[in-house]
Amino acid sequence: MSGLQTPPTSDAQAMPESGGLRLVRILLPVVVLAAGIALWEFVVRVNNIPPYVLPGPGAVFKTLISDWPVLSQSLLTTLLTTLEGFVAAAIGGIALALLFNQSKWLEYSLFPYAVILQVTPVIAIAPLLLIYLPQQTAVIVCAWIVGFFPVLSNTTLGLNSVDRNLAGLFQLYGASRLQTLAYLKLPSALPFILGGLRIAGGLSLIGAVVAEIAAGSAGAGSGLAYRIAESGYRLNIPRMFAALLLLSAAGIVIYGLLALTSHLVLRRWHESALGKEN
Amino acid sequence: MAEPAALIETNSAISGLAVSLRGVTKVYDSGVAALGPLDLDVAKGEFVSLLGPSGCGKSTALRLIAGLSAPTSGTVGVSRRDGAARAGHAVGFVFQEPTLMPWTSVRDNVRLPLKLAHAGSEETHARVDAALTQVGLAEFADAYPRELSGGMKMRVSLARALVTDPDILLMDEPFAALDEITRFRLNNDLLALWRNLRKTVIFVTHSVFESVYLSQRVLVMTSRPGRLAAEIRIDAAEPRGEEFRTSADYAAYCRMVSNALAPSYSGQSGS
Repeated sequence: MSGLQTPPTSDAQAMPESGGLRLVRILLPVVVLAAGIALWEFVVRVNNIPPYVLPGPGAVFKTLISDWPVLSQSLLTTLLTTLEGFVAAAIGGIALALLFNQSKWLEYSLFPYAVILQVTPVIAIAPLLLIYLPQQTAVIVCAWIVGFFPVLSNTTLGLNSVDRNLAGLFQLYGASRLQTLAYLKLPSALPFILGGLRIAGGLSLIGAVVAEIAAGSAGAGSGLAYRIAESGYRLNIPRMFAALLLLSAAGIVIYGLLALTSHLVLRRWHESALGKEN
Repeated sequence: MAEPAALIETNSAISGLAVSLRGVTKVYDSGVAALGPLDLDVAKGEFVSLLGPSGCGKSTALRLIAGLSAPTSGTVGVSRRDGAARAGHAVGFVFQEPTLMPWTSVRDNVRLPLKLAHAGSEETHARVDAALTQVGLAEFADAYPRELSGGMKMRVSLARALVTDPDILLMDEPFAALDEITRFRLNNDLLALWRNLRKTVIFVTHSVFESVYLSQRVLVMTSRPGRLAAEIRIDAAEPRGEEFRTSADYAAYCRMVSNALAPSYSGQSGS
């Protein structure tokens, strides 16, 4: 063997992402989705499966439209719960991380309980919460419990990841604690905080759904998860699917919005949001 | 980190010294003796290089002078200027890395020391612009650090150290990570700044050539613990420029400094 050889690279590495490739990347999942739906419809029709066992996608779609007044109301309820839980998780997680960062004593005393709260399955806590709290509050608390921990741990990580030399610089120029926090620690932690929020968004939805299911028929709640449980009892399977579809869509939209926010905030300076060509 | 235990603020009117270390040692919590005992005097307006192998405590000495860490024993004296009313800071520090805040513009990075000192905004603006002009980056005020080259980032770092108009400039291997051509240019620019502004500069480097080119006095250090091994005065005609870099005098000084530095390396094996 003599001379230099080009190391073998896979096609994906070797070729910059061209317009055609990008189109394929968007088109392929859509084709898979269409094929899946077609297969579903086909199986249901050929086997003559009744809608109360497995409705075809057409039936689900029809139900989505015909039941829209009920479903949209439920969607709104669930989204509101999720939003409230998410905001509480964001504020609670960031505030707690800031407190921990200022006082080691507080961190040592409370952090284990934050972990316990996180590792205990929320589905097991929800029925208890429903006993002691009004239903709407209990649902929001559930969304908060699952959502706050990623925000807390990510923010803590971010606040502790400050560049050592920059910290020295702030010390050199006599920065106060508040100045160091506002001008150095928080901006350094921002990418981490946004990452935590992105996880918390999806988890808040899960928390809200879990609590609604746990509340079940006991409550007067009318969220999407409650609709699913209710439709289950009534063997209204198409409506179950329609509600599930809406939940998925809500999750995707929440994730997309948070990812977009993160991108817009970080795009001028953070590696994660920069274009590949740089 | 605690305030330095023995920082003496000398009145600049009494002595001509900018920095004075007496019997300074630094022992880290791990028990490693990093420095000293070290005695060091730097006159006002002098350009001094601390030269030595990696881990010889030269950066530690610089951090002690800056007040970023406290000496284990001994005294660190740094002159403070009389007119303390100015929103300035006696010491400017340039780190080995540019150490810029990536989330904000060049202008805001340079403004930071003034912002931390709560300086008024109109005055701040003019001083930031002046500092950026001094390092030749006036047009890049609104760029973000990641959009700049390594040399430009270092210039921003220098502008930030200059913006408070400090009496003393501490530089910790600032150009070590740059390519040679960029380093030469920054060396020349730094000398020009020093000639114009007459600041006291303490420059830490592990490059013999850089130390001889820049400084009036080269202090050679040995490692573990860091002590002064030799002191070599560089008496070259001012202003120095590219012709000095290629002169026989320069080569002779470099040889002299290299010889003084050799014992520092002889004790180490393979590093």
